[in-house]
Amino acid sequence: MANADIDETNELVSFPIQRTCPFAIPPVYTKFREESPISQVVLPDGGKAWLVTKYDDVRAVMANPKLSSDRRAPDFPVVVPGQNAALAKHAPFMIILDGAEHAAARRPVISEFSVRRVAAMKPRIQEIVDGYIDEMLKLPKPVDLNQVFSLPVPSLVVSEILGMPYEGHEYFMELAEILLRRTTDEQGRIAVSVELRKYMDKLVEEKINNPGDDLLSRQIELQRQEGGIDRPALASLCLLVLLAGHETTANMINLGVFSMLTKPELLAEIKADPSKTPKAVDELLRFYTIPDFGAHRLALDDVEIGGFLIRKGEAVIASTFAANRDPAVFDDPEELDFGRDARHHVAFGYGPHQCLGQNLGRLELQVVFDTLFRRLPDLRLAVPEEELSFKSDALVYGLYELPVTW
Amino acid sequence: MKLEKNHDRCIGAGQCVLTEPRIFDQDDRGLVSVLVERPQGADVAAARKAVYICPAKALSLVEE
Repeated sequence: MANADIDETNELVSFPIQRTCPFAIPPVYTKFREESPISQVVLPDGGKAWLVTKYDDVRAVMANPKLSSDRRAPDFPVVVPGQNAALAKHAPFMIILDGAEHAAARRPVISEFSVRRVAAMKPRIQEIVDGYIDEMLKLPKPVDLNQVFSLPVPSLVVSEILGMPYEGHEYFMELAEILLRRTTDEQGRIAVSVELRKYMDKLVEEKINNPGDDLLSRQIELQRQEGGIDRPALASLCLLVLLAGHETTANMINLGVFSMLTKPELLAEIKADPSKTPKAVDELLRFYTIPDFGAHRLALDDVEIGGFLIRKGEAVIASTFAANRDPAVFDDPEELDFGRDARHHVAFGYGPHQCLGQNLGRLELQVVFDTLFRRLPDLRLAVPEEELSFKSDALVYGLYELPVTW
Repeated sequence: MKLEKNHDRCIGAGQCVLTEPRIFDQDDRGLVSVLVERPQGADVAAARKAVYICPAKALSLVEE
């Protein structure tokens, strides 16, 4: 029945679903959530997956140990062509591991990002933010905030956490820029990934010989005590921390600044009372849910989610974006409301893989918003809002550029 | 009401500490410590919220 299959495929919605408006969730998500919260979608390679759109179901998917994150499985859903193949070239990032294997990779690192450890980083984060603002003030206006501030701030923060020298941070910025550029082709992406990998290998080597007071040196010491240093795994860990900790935060800085410049009543709220900034940060995280395409799973067994049977071997995509706009959990979810308590959002995921660096991300955003608007009270967009270019075609949502003046 | 933790499940996300640092902390390994085992009054609501937010279902509030 090949024809029937083709007809059936034609009726399915294609995933990823692109955003057309920076504020509103694509209507198809809402339609799914209201009419059939677990619906089949078709992926770029023609494969099919169940798209999950209700908050409770999304949490259930991400917490279920029978729904695997292991992208090394041949049947694992492919949302970004080439991504799984590229990942397979490296020692696995912990985000693609399951169960005990995942716990073994994550456990040694969690204390590095505990609430207390992150809070202790605040003075240095403040210095870094102020330093980049000082540099920005020397530049001719307008500037692209993304290039001169939003990207370098979190990049330097995570570089220092890892113990990378400043030149390493600059080199990483250069390579990451190519990786993030829309026009870079697949060959270019692979070449940059290989370069980054080589750099991380060298960094691991250096830290083995000259340990310092940093995350990487502590991981090396831990592994040494436990019987052996796994260099490829350490290089993967460094790369993951850098990649996960830099562009995501930059996108949220840009979207937060954009939101507050275009909705001055929001900015007025945190300016009047900076103790409201942490809440505003979580609301911004909920509202934009930038990494919506990350939560893919493969069923290792039959699993029931919200009364719906997902069969062994089937692919599942949990939409954190749809979950964070679920009116059953958030009143007026389409409203960006800084007074809301949105801490239970799933923008950092849910379950055993929930973002390791979330407390760092929150703190960076708080310091950035409080400092930037205090030091540049006349900050404003340098182009009409309609001319801004949003990353609706990218893996992680954000702004390609944010031209500002003051 | 008693707050119970499960270290086998805890992933050190720190969400409980962010919710209520008077009731929760993280030990040297980043795993949850419960500072107030039997929350009273307003702490009950905060503890319940932390139980709900915990991504690893590592916390529970049990009737005694």
